[in-house]
Parts: sequence; C-alpha cells; structure tokens
Amino acid sequence: MFASLTPMLAGFALFAEEGEHEVHAGDGGWLAEWAWMIVVVPLVITFLIVFFGKRSPWKGWGMATFGMAFVAVYGAVLAWVNLDEGILYEGAIEIGRIGSFTLEWGWVVDGLSIMMYFLVGVVGFLVFVYANGYMKGDVRYTWFFASFSLFAGGMLVLVSAPNLIQLIVGWELVGVSSYLLIAHYWEDFDNVDAGNKAFMVNKVADTGLFIGAIIMALSAGSFKFSEIFETMVGGNSTLAQFGFWAGLALFIGAMGKSAQFPFHVWLPDAMAGPTPVSALMHAATMVTAGIYLVARLFPFYQLPEYGGDVSMIITIIGAITLFFMGLLALVQNDIKKLLAYSTVSQLGYMMAAMGVGAYTAGLFHLFTHAFFKSLLFLAAGSVIHAVHSNNMSDMGGLRKYVPATFWTFMIGTAALVGLFPFAGFWSKDEIIASAYYNASEDPTAAAWFMVVLSIAGAFITAFYMARAVSLTFFGKYQGHGEPHESPKIMTVPLIALAAFAAGTGLLNAPGLTHVFTDWVTVRAFPIMEHHFEAPSWGLIAIVTPVVLIALAIGFYLYRPKQTQAERDEFSIPVLYPLLEQKYYIDDFYMDGIVRPTMGPIADGTLWIDENVVDAVPNLVAGGAKHTADAVNTFDQRGVDGVFNMLSAATGATGGFLRKAFTGRVQQYAAISFAGVVILALLFMIF
Amino acid sequence: MTIVQFVLLGAALFSIGLYGVLTRKNAILVLASVEVMLAAVNVNLVAFDVYLGDTSSAGQVMALFIIALAAAEVGIGIAIVLMIFRNRRTADVDDLDVMRY
Repeated sequence: MFASLTPMLAGFALFAEEGEHEVHAGDGGWLAEWAWMIVVVPLVITFLIVFFGKRSPWKGWGMATFGMAFVAVYGAVLAWVNLDEGILYEGAIEIGRIGSFTLEWGWVVDGLSIMMYFLVGVVGFLVFVYANGYMKGDVRYTWFFASFSLFAGGMLVLVSAPNLIQLIVGWELVGVSSYLLIAHYWEDFDNVDAGNKAFMVNKVADTGLFIGAIIMALSAGSFKFSEIFETMVGGNSTLAQFGFWAGLALFIGAMGKSAQFPFHVWLPDAMAGPTPVSALMHAATMVTAGIYLVARLFPFYQLPEYGGDVSMIITIIGAITLFFMGLLALVQNDIKKLLAYSTVSQLGYMMAAMGVGAYTAGLFHLFTHAFFKSLLFLAAGSVIHAVHSNNMSDMGGLRKYVPATFWTFMIGTAALVGLFPFAGFWSKDEIIASAYYNASEDPTAAAWFMVVLSIAGAFITAFYMARAVSLTFFGKYQGHGEPHESPKIMTVPLIALAAFAAGTGLLNAPGLTHVFTDWVTVRAFPIMEHHFEAPSWGLIAIVTPVVLIALAIGFYLYRPKQTQAERDEFSIPVLYPLLEQKYYIDDFYMDGIVRPTMGPIADGTLWIDENVVDAVPNLVAGGAKHTADAVNTFDQRGVDGVFNMLSAATGATGGFLRKAFTGRVQQYAAISFAGVVILALLFMIF
Repeated sequence: MTIVQFVLLGAALFSIGLYGVLTRKNAILVLASVEVMLAAVNVNLVAFDVYLGDTSSAGQVMALFIIALAAAEVGIGIAIVLMIFRNRRTADVDDLDVMRY
C-alpha cells in the first residue's frame, strides 16, 4: 500500500525543504525589557480580584478582562516588532541562591513565547468578554474571574520561563487553577470528581516532568534552556548518555498536560467546568503547555545524539492519539465532550508534527486550533445557554433560533475539518505534508503509520463534525421551551474568533506567505526542521476529497429527517460498543490501578494509623497518666501530709492548752500574779 | 525618816488587795480590792519620790495620774458589773464563765 502511494506523492516532495532558518534578531529594546509585565499583570489582577473584586464596578470581570486586553495588546505589539526585526531577549532577576546554584525568575522574549503571549492574550480576552454573559448570575462570579485570571497568568509564567524550574512553577499554577475551574460547580459531586481526576492524572504525568527536569539539570549542569542548548552545541557526553531518558520523562510530563494517550482521560471529564473554561483550556492555556514544552526543547529532541530517539515515540503517541481519540468523538452525545475528544485528536496532530520534526507546522496548528476550537466551544456554550442542555439529542433545528451562533459554529467547523481557505486547512495540510516528507526521507513503518493515520484522522474529524452540526442545527428542535439567541456580549467574541478562524491560515499559506514561520523560528538556538515552502497539491488533492466525502457520509447518516430511534440504530458492530466504553481505558484505570492501589494503601495506612501513629499518643498519654498518679500520691501523702501533721499537732497543743482556761477570773488573776512574781524573782537573781 | 514603814505599808496594802481580788466572790468587792492595790502603788510612788528627793516630783505626779485612772477604771468596771447584774441577777465572778471553751 505504501509502495503505491509513494510514486503518487513523490513529485510533490520536491517542494519540501529542510534546513536551518536564518535568524536576524535584535534584542527588542525596552519592549522586551518590560515584557515581564505580561506575566505580572494577570497575577496581580488575580489578587486584586480576590481582595477587592466584589466591591469593584464589574465584580472582578472588568479587572480580569483589562488584564487580558493588556496581554493581548502587548503581545500584538511584540509580534509586530518581532516580524519586523526579530526579538531575542532573556531577562532574569535572581531570587535565591543555594551554594553555587542561582535560582532565577526570568522572561524569555523570542518568537515562540511571543506567539504564546499573543495567543493567550487574544483568546483569553475574547473568552473573558464572552464569560461576562455566560456566567451572569453565577454564585461565585467574582471568584470565577479570579481563578480564570490565575489560569491565564500561570500559563504566561510557563511560557515566559527561561529555565525548567520556573516552567514547573507555571505548570503547577495552571494545574491548580484548572482544578479550581473544573470543579467550579462543586455542589455537584461529579464535578468535584472531574476536578480531582484532572489534577491526579496530571500529577502522575508531572512526576515524569520532575524526573526529566532533574536528569536534564544533572547531566547538562543547568536548568536554563539556553545553557542546556549551549552544552549541546559543545558536545556533552553525559547529556548524550542520559538524553533519551531525560527527553522521555519530560515528554511524559507533556503528555499529561496535552492529554496524549494514555493520559487523555482527564480532558473529556474536564468538561464539567463552565464552558468559557473549556474554551480557554482547549485553546490557549493548559493543553498547549505540553506542545509548548516539546517546542521549547525542540533542538534537543531533534539532535539524534540527544533526544532524537524520543521523537519517534512522540510521533507514535501523537498518531495514536489523533486517530483513536478522534474515533471516540463519533459516539458522544454531549456536544462539549465531542469537542473535547476532537481537541485530544487535534493535540495528537500537533504532537505528531513535533515528533516528525515539523516545528512550524505543529505550532501553526496550535495557533489556528486555538482560535477555531475556542470558537467552537464558545458557540457550543451559546447553544447550551439557549437550550439548557449539553446533549445533542435535546437540540436540533437551532439554525433558525440562533443564527449568529450557527454561522460562527459553521466557520469553526470548516476550519476544524480543514476546508479551503479556512485556518485548519493550511495548518493540518502542513502537518500531513510534513509527515509525508518525513516518511519519504526516512521510510520506517512508524513514519508511514503517521501519514496514514493523519489522513484517516482528517476523515474522522470531518465525520463527527458533520454529525454534530446536523444533530445540533438541522432538523426539528427536540428540547423544551423556546431557544433564544445569546446576548451581544457573547456573540461579538464569537464573530471576532470566527474572523481569526477564517483568516489566520493565510499567515502561512505554503508558497504564498511565511509570516508564521518567520515569527516562531526566531529562537536563540537554530531550529533544524522539515518545513514546506510550497503548497503540497498532491496531499491537498487527497485530503480535501477525503474530508468532503466524510462530511457527506456524516450528513447522510445523521440526516435531519431521521428520528432519534433511527439514528440510534446506526452502529458499527464491535467498534461502537468499544467506543462507548472509551476503550475501557477509564475502567481499566479505575479498576486496574486506582482501586487495587487504593485498597492496600487504605489498609496499610489504617494499620499504620492504629499501630504507629496512635502508639505515640497512647504512649504519651500513658506516660502522662502514670506521672499524674505519682504526683497525686506525692500530693496526698507528701505535701498534704506535712500540712495535716502540722495542723494535727497544732490542734493537739491547742486542746492541751485550753484546759488552762477554766473561765475562773480569779484563777487567771492568780496566775498573772504568779507570773509577775516569777519574773521579779528572775530579775532579782540575774 | 526611813522608807521602811512606807514600803511595809505599801506591801501590806498590796497583799490585802491581792487577797481581796483573789478570794472575794462579789465583783464589786473585787473592784474595791483592786482600788486597794492601786492605793498601795500610790503610797510607794509618793514615798520613793520624797525619799529620793526628786526635784520634779515625778512620783507624786504619777500618783495623781493613777488616782485619775483608778476613778475611770472603777467607773467603767461598776458600769459593767451593773449591766451583768441586770442581765443575770448576780455579780458572782465565779458565775461569769460563759466565754470558757
């Protein structure tokens, strides 16, 4: 099969080029020096909202949105200057010193981080604006915006990090604020479970990140990316020896945050959070962190003597994720879960692109995906807002009720499935082209596996999106009440995002423009990558018909005239039941890992609690009791004994003496006189 | 003039007074006996004052003080005895033993 494909595509590989990008860059001047503001402003605003939010005019929304607007504007200015002359800057302040090790807080301003600043700012700003309408009347409105601001701020800490320590700080800030946001409606226990699941799954993967950071720092001698790359240039035998393990461990961390198989289980459950959270989480923050980490360490993963072997693992994991997680979206009834599995699948594309060495393609898909996926989520949120249900079986025919949402959702869908000329078309095509180029350069089974799966992934994506659109917007309305369009504050961000989703692809249309390539390849360390300077018409000729066929099949199978019962009948044997059980992965984790681990751990901790922990208080209490008994005895017999004896002696003396007091006055007088006589006698004698 | 007769007189008066104080049953008589003892002291004071030729006559002055004091003492004493007699219809000192233990 591969053999027949190869000649067909061979002609188009001529357009592929490989090599270093020439980087001409300035230091960015004061713009870069002050770029720490991008990170600090949202974090400061988080605290301001916590303390003063409820008394401020918009109850915290205003401050949070201002912060995001600031980041967006600063990011846009940086991006503009970066395109014009290039910016390479790394600022740092020392915050601690342990022996010869210096702990630094820094901010990197280069193509990659500028792209992320811009993305977090713009998407964040639009999502925050939208959230004003969506969260109206929420009990924890102010607190929501505080955590939301922290979420974006944590992501900015992560992407501005010049060293692995600060990256981990940002990583965990994102993790904790995602936990807060997913479990935002904590009155419902299921949501708390979802928050815990996200946190725990990420924590398991984070162990890899920590181990990777430690191996990296021990073998390269520094936590700083720039110094790690410098030692790589000079040749570092220790790093070469442990590079595979460091790269693999760091990639496991990236798999957790970017929801790669088999750590994807938390992301669909994270839909328990409010829809704006899902939109931001799936677009600019959180799930992009893993891709960002791999992109940041891209030179490390590309050099065969260091992390080169890991990149094949990255490719395979990415390919598995993009295909098998995409399949799961086919059977989802909850529109948000469908989009969540779609995100996991698209993250697989990005990760696989990183694996095959397509740095620009992966980041470009991250960039465009951020816009159209946040658009799709916000539009889905608008639909949910209208019908008060997440289930597509309660929707249908919404096209007439919510026209603005419908059209923006359509643009998002077109971008996601990759229709010309929407954003996804360009970015997905670039990834598939890179995969194909990689396979033709280095024809291993894994490389071809990736090509086939990425095309199949495009088919699946189109199929489930056709199903979602048909079930949601066409046919007859299945829900209760009269759906109504969302307020302007929600539809305006949708339209803005739709404009981005439609247009951003043109930033890097192969052969025509290379704005995005120029943008993100401004890195201190030269990026060796496989990238395309020309349109790969051959792949377009394959992928676009595949997408169109998938759309047609999807619309036909879920055509509006069908009843719900007829729809339910459609099922591919074996596959669909398997998909409905999510490949039994969640069950396996629960029954295979969590419960068997939890049981013995619970028994063990109970034993320790009863026999070790309790022993200490028992011992202390026993000792105290014995001491108390001894003290009591001493008190009764010793201290009281002295006083009792003294009083008894006094009593006895008194009893004896009082016999002298007879009440006879004359007797007293006689004794007195006798006393005087005795004194007088004594006086005379002595 | 010798001091001996006066000292003997004082001693005799004191002894008679002491005897009265210790033996009389009636409280009035006990008080009277106390007066006799005070008189014995006065005799001694005056006698020694003159015998020693004290120019400031301190002994005689002291005797006057004692006379005044005796008058006050008897005044209070008889008042107390009267009150006791009124309450208990007796002035026998042997019966005045209510404060005994």
